[in-house]
Parts: sequence; C-alpha cells; structure tokens
Amino acid sequence: MDWSYTIWIPLLPLIGFLIIGFVGRKLPYPIPGLIGITGIFGALVLSYITAYKYFFVVNADMTFEPIKAVETLWMTFSDKLHFNMGVLLDPISVMMLVVVTTVSFLVHLYSLGYMKGDPGFGRFFTFLSLFTFSMLGLVIATNLFQIYFFWELVGVSSYLLIGFYYEKPSAILASKKAFIVTRFADFFFLIGILVISYYTETFDFLTLNGMSESALASAGSTSFMGMSVLALGLTLAFVGGAGKSAMFPLHIWLPDAMEGPTPVSALIHAATMVVAGVFLVARLFPMYYHVDGGIVLSIIAFVGASSSLIAAIIATTQMDIKRVLAFSTMSQIGYMMLSLGVSGYDGHHGLGYTASMFHLFTHAFFKSLLFLAAGSIIHAVHSNYMTKMGGLRKHLPITHITFLLASLAISGIYPFAGFFSKDAILDAAHMHSPIYFWIGWFVAGLTAFYMFRLYFRIFWYEDREYHHTPHESPLTMTVPLMILALLSVVSGFIFFYILPFGTYITPTGEEFHMHIDWTLAGLSLAIAVVGIFIAWFMYFKKNNKAEKVANSFGMLYKWAYNKFYIDEIYMFVTKKIMFGVVSAGWMWFDTKIVDGSMNLIGNTTVKTSYAIKKLQSGKMQDYVLAVVVGAVALGAIFIYIWTR
Amino acid sequence: MIQGIGVTDFFIISTLMFFIGVYGFITRKNLITILIAIELILNAVAINFVIINKYLYPEGLHGQIFSIFIIAVAAAEVAIAIAIVIDFYRTNKSVNVDESEMMKY
Repeated sequence: MDWSYTIWIPLLPLIGFLIIGFVGRKLPYPIPGLIGITGIFGALVLSYITAYKYFFVVNADMTFEPIKAVETLWMTFSDKLHFNMGVLLDPISVMMLVVVTTVSFLVHLYSLGYMKGDPGFGRFFTFLSLFTFSMLGLVIATNLFQIYFFWELVGVSSYLLIGFYYEKPSAILASKKAFIVTRFADFFFLIGILVISYYTETFDFLTLNGMSESALASAGSTSFMGMSVLALGLTLAFVGGAGKSAMFPLHIWLPDAMEGPTPVSALIHAATMVVAGVFLVARLFPMYYHVDGGIVLSIIAFVGASSSLIAAIIATTQMDIKRVLAFSTMSQIGYMMLSLGVSGYDGHHGLGYTASMFHLFTHAFFKSLLFLAAGSIIHAVHSNYMTKMGGLRKHLPITHITFLLASLAISGIYPFAGFFSKDAILDAAHMHSPIYFWIGWFVAGLTAFYMFRLYFRIFWYEDREYHHTPHESPLTMTVPLMILALLSVVSGFIFFYILPFGTYITPTGEEFHMHIDWTLAGLSLAIAVVGIFIAWFMYFKKNNKAEKVANSFGMLYKWAYNKFYIDEIYMFVTKKIMFGVVSAGWMWFDTKIVDGSMNLIGNTTVKTSYAIKKLQSGKMQDYVLAVVVGAVALGAIFIYIWTR
Repeated sequence: MIQGIGVTDFFIISTLMFFIGVYGFITRKNLITILIAIELILNAVAINFVIINKYLYPEGLHGQIFSIFIIAVAAAEVAIAIAIVIDFYRTNKSVNVDESEMMKY
C-alpha cells in the first residue's frame, strides 16, 4: 500500500503557516483563521484515513508492524550515522496523529471565536499552524534526531504563543521561563541522544527498539556511576522528556505558561506538547525496558508518581482556574509516566504501556475541553480568579454542562472516559507495587476534589451580581466544546469495550485482553466520590468552611499554596549560588578583561578623535598654511639631501 | 634674451612674486584680495616658464606655450572664483573668508 501521502499530514499545516505568515497576517478578520483551519482540516482528514487504513485494512490480522512510509536523507554525520527525515507509522504514532489533529482542529475552530477582535489574530494563527506542523512532525519521527528537531520546533512555537501578549511583562517572563527551563532539559536530551547514538551507532527508532537485551548490553558495556552508558543516555533523554512534560522538578514553567491565550493552553499545555515526554518514553519503550533490566523505568515511575502527587496537592489550593488546570495537567501526565514506569513488556504485563497511551488519548480530550471551557468562562467574566466567579450556571449553560462532563471524566466516574484509562493505570501500578497504587489512588481522590472544587466554585457557590451579565460564547466556541464533551464521554467506553486499546496499542504489538478489576475500580470510584462529596460540602453554597479547612492544615496549606516554594528555591540557586558564587570569577573576567579590552580600543579612538578634531577648523587659510609649511619643509629636506 | 639682466634676476623676481602671493593668500581675509594673491602666484609661475624657455632652452617653445595656457586657465579660474565670491556674499553678506567655517566638523 502506498503511504507516501502521509508526508502531507505535517506539510499542510506548514503550508498554512507559510501562507498566513508571509501574506495573510494583515488580512481582515476571519481569513487568516480560515487558512489555518483549512490546513489543519486537510491534515485531520488524512490522519483519519491513515488511522483507518493502518488499524483496519493493512493490519486487519492484528500484527501492527511499524511502517516507514517515507524516509529521506537529511544530512550525514559519519559513515554510520545519518540524520534522516521521514514518516514512521506504528500504533502510537497513528494514535497521536489522530489526537493531535483532532484537538488542534477543534482548538483552531474555537480560536476563531475566542481571538475575534484581537489585533494579533493573524499572528496567532501563524504560530498555531507552526505548532501543529511541528507536533505532527514530532509524532511521526523515524529517528532520535528528527524527534529532537521537531522537539525544539514545538518548544519555539510554545515560546512564541506563551509570549503572545508581548505587551504584558508577565507573559514575556513566562515565555522566557518556559523556554529556558525546557531548553535546559533539552540539553540533557541532546547529550542523551549523542550517548545513545554513539554506542548503538544509529538514530533509528526501529533499530533501537529492535535490539535484543544482549545486543544492548554489549553496545553499552561501558559503565559509569553504576549504570551502563545506555541506561545513562536513556535517563538523560528522559530528563528532556521530563522538561517538556513538566515533571517535578522541571515543572515550574507550566503554571506560568498559562499567561498565553487559553486556546494555546488547551492545545499545547494540556493536550499535545506536554505529552511529548510521555510519547518519547513510549516511543523508546522496548529499549527502556531492555537496558539494564529496566532501571530507567523505575526512575520514570518514581518521578511520575511524585509529580502526580505534588501537583495534585498544589492544585487543591490554587485560586487561578487556569493554574488549577495546569497543575491538574501535570498530575495527569505524572500518571502517564508512572504507568509507563511500572509497565512490563509481554502480553498482559504491558498493560502499563497501553494504559498510559489510553490515558494520553482520553486526557487530551477532557483536558482540552476543560481548558476551552475555562476560556469560555474567562471570556465571559474577564477574570482568571475563582473568587470573581460563582453562580455562572445560569449564564453559561453550555459551558456548564460540558465542564461538568469533563470534570466527571477526569475524576474517573463510570462510564466517562477517565474512568477506564485511570483504572487501567491503577491496575498496572497495582501489578507492579502496592505503594504506587495507593499513591495513584490518593491522587485520584485529590483530582476529584480539586476538579469539583473548581466546578462548584465557578458554577454554584453564590449568585453574584456581575458588572455586566455574562453571556454564553458564540457558536464557534461552543461547538468545539460540545464535540470534545461528546469525546470525553464516549472515548473511554468505545476504546474499552468496542475497540479495546489493548488490542491495538501494546509494547510488543500482540494483543491482550483488558478487563476491569472491580476491587481496584471500586476503591478508586469510592475515593473519587468522597472527593466530590467533600468539594460539594465545602463549595456548593457560600460559606467559610474552605477557610476553616485551610487554616486547620496550617503550614501545609501555606506551602502548597506557594507551590512548595520550588520557584523560590530555583531563584535562590540560580541568583545567589550560580550567579553570585560559581560564576562570579568568570563574570569578572568577562566584564573586565574581555569587555574591557574591547572598550579600551573603542574609547581610545573616541578620545583621540576628540583631541584632534580642532585641527579641522574650517578656515581655508589654515589648511593652505599647513600645505605651504609642509611643502617648504619637504623642499628644505630634499635640498639638504641632494646637496649633501 | 635681454642684455644686462641675468636669469638669476628673473628668478629672484618670480620667487618674490610667488611668496608675496602665498603670504597674501594666507594672511588676507578679503576674498577679492586672496584672488589677487592667486593671480600673483600664477604669474610668477608663468614668468618662470617663459624665462627658463628663453634662457636655458632657446631652441623650443614649450615654456611659452605653457605660459599662454596658464593665462587662459587663469582667466577661466577668475570667472569661476568671482562667481563663488558673489554667491558667498549673498549667503554671508560679506566677503570675509573667516565666515566660511560653518561646515567644520
């Protein structure tokens, strides 16, 4: 079967980007948006066709062999190392194509209404198309270097979109922070790529994943600090993934990234870009599993579980609704990482991998829905703070219903999407170790609590008098909400019972049967209901119970409210220790010696010219005098020489 | 060839004329006077050409032809110089050469 058309999936948004960027930016209101939507719609249709053909036509026998649809040489590093660009189709990349194009299309549609009247409308769609192109290029990458290439491109588009309101100092700071933190992590990723490729002599994913345990052991026989070099390389690659996926302690950029326009938060910082780290680990999963007996996976599981817990605790205290959602995203990605970390390889042991991808899939829908609904609320109330909200259910009926559905989905209530994927994750965690299960279980309760805290606080609590009556958003904004709500409700159900994920996406490609362990599911359902009940108790009607509870936690509440002072620790380390002590000597050398020598040359020239500028008096006769004196002097010298 | 007057006497005259011209050029402030000083310099040179031709190379005529060229060029130069002076006067309401320093640095 001819798959070469798949190259157009990323190229269509790229063409859209180029058209809007070069000619369409100043066009009147809907035109740049329509160009962008056309590009992404083409990619959407092609992705759906590809998914259909890949899952139901070509691999109807359930083998799911990876297919290299397109591959071209980009540049040659050495005899063995080539940097190729291409399209790799396998279950996870095809699934990601569907997720990215679906969410991106809906967000484009939503932005048409949300960004109406913004002076940067064309610019917004330019960057959005650039992002879509980069993300699609990332998911279809055939090798480590291509993924790195697009990894940086999504980083740039994320930077551009966070700093979209560049008149706002906070947005500029947030975009810089996001860029620097992710770049810092990407540096580790690059080193990891170099280490891996140096020892395995390839960038190619299929080759890397196809290597047997012994081949990997012999390729990475050198050991360093108790780990083989390959394990170290994979750990470094995971650090890159942790930076992009906002895992503790590299998560500090994600809450600040909420300075960007809300559709951007929904697309980039909830559904697609931030799961790139999860995708990277999943992409190299067989290698992660086989190197050093999966030692890196235990690191991943630990980081995932701790990020998930920390983020969930912080999310319960935040007042800015977008920040709550940002920490919720971090917590859910922590789930995915945990799930990958605890996953085994063959058959039913690969449940963690499948569950992670399943959760990625469902999470993309309900979390982008939550963000888009939050955008709709912010659009109506003109504030991010939940203290300014309350009783909005009458004013925003569609947003209310969709937000409720998404909250139920993320809280893991049967039969909404989140239930199935979260249950699969908890099941996988339980198979690996009970501790991870109980952490995940507790986080599930916290998730339900903070989501319904948000829900009750925004839509019930008290009937507020607003300066102007909030009105429901236009149809371009509510239609994506409704579509996503539908997906949040049914995607778990469909992909558990009708087209079970375990059949299609597994580490080995062999299918296994997913089932619900009702003991674990019952436990998680119970704590979710408890969480919802506590939220109802505290936030359904206007009261001061929340304050009382916060006070009873005392220090813990204060710590969590201030995000455990992690930003402050970073500031202390960078400002005081790095700039103040470690690099002080270099700074002295740089400012005094390097800059000093250059300044000396410049200043000397300036001073000399000031001193001699009086010579140019503008008086013609002075010049003539100089000429005559010079001529006479020269004449005298020559006469002296000749007559000697 | 003029009886009783040697080539040196002519050279003394032309040198005096030349340096009087240079002195005038440097010290005078009036543009017209400067112009006259330039004429002195030119004529000193023209005399030199004629005298050297006449006394040292009597068989040729190059020097005399050059002096005629110099006279022609001097005429043209005077026309241009007078035009400049008039323009200068229109701008500055004077012909004082010190006023021409407005375009320094």
